[in-house]
Amino acid sequence: MLLNQFLFLAAVLFCIGVYGVLARRNAVLVLASIELMLNAVNINLVAFGAYRHNIAGQVFALFVITIAAAEVGVGLAIVVLIFRNRASIALDEADLMKG
Amino acid sequence: MVAQNVVFGILAAVMILSAWKVVTTKNVVRAVLYLVVVLAGAGAQYLLLASEFIFVVQVIVYIGAIVVLFLFGTMLTRAPIGRDTALDNDQRWLAALTGLFLLGVMIAVLADAFGDNKVRISGVQRTADVANSMFGPYLIPFEVVSVLLLAALVGAIAIARRD
Repeated sequence: MLLNQFLFLAAVLFCIGVYGVLARRNAVLVLASIELMLNAVNINLVAFGAYRHNIAGQVFALFVITIAAAEVGVGLAIVVLIFRNRASIALDEADLMKG
Repeated sequence: MVAQNVVFGILAAVMILSAWKVVTTKNVVRAVLYLVVVLAGAGAQYLLLASEFIFVVQVIVYIGAIVVLFLFGTMLTRAPIGRDTALDNDQRWLAALTGLFLLGVMIAVLADAFGDNKVRISGVQRTADVANSMFGPYLIPFEVVSVLLLAALVGAIAIARRD
């Protein structure tokens, strides 16, 4: 197996995630796109760990998974709060700070 | 090695198609369920790279916990279960352009840097090795991450509770 096939797959997933973050207006789906990007990073980390026969790749992938869990928890709490205050989670309607 | 490459190809195709559906489908619940397919595919890629522990963690934490959180988020924000035409904003073409540009840059750099380096799987990376590493050289980051998880948990409850 080539190292690059994993890296290319991760690059494609990451770019799809970037597209999702930029093009979606539903806040839950933006968070889902961020998960896609974090997963691409994890694939990279594990692939490099296997390539260099180094366990550190897996350890850092575990850290990324933990951070992702924390991020989704706080992110969805914020989304629920926005929904409670404004009755909508469309991100372009949350423009209180716009001058 | 041929068998692994065939499996990789099938998994990669399924993952990319599902990821595309996650960012384009008109149905919130369906998007989250397509996300499950991508996450399971990533788990299978970890197995292909002989990293069993991270595969199990992926299934438990991502598919078991994070996706459930997403489904709760969709329900709590009363997303319409059927088709919803207002899920995308009007900068879709700019976003596609940005994504394609980023993809081109990354593919070019990766192809230049790693040409045809091969991954040689010499054996399964054992869970015991992960544990030895995590509780040895990476003990302090591990403890910091656990405090961060606690802080995120308390923060999420403090943000979302009604008072």
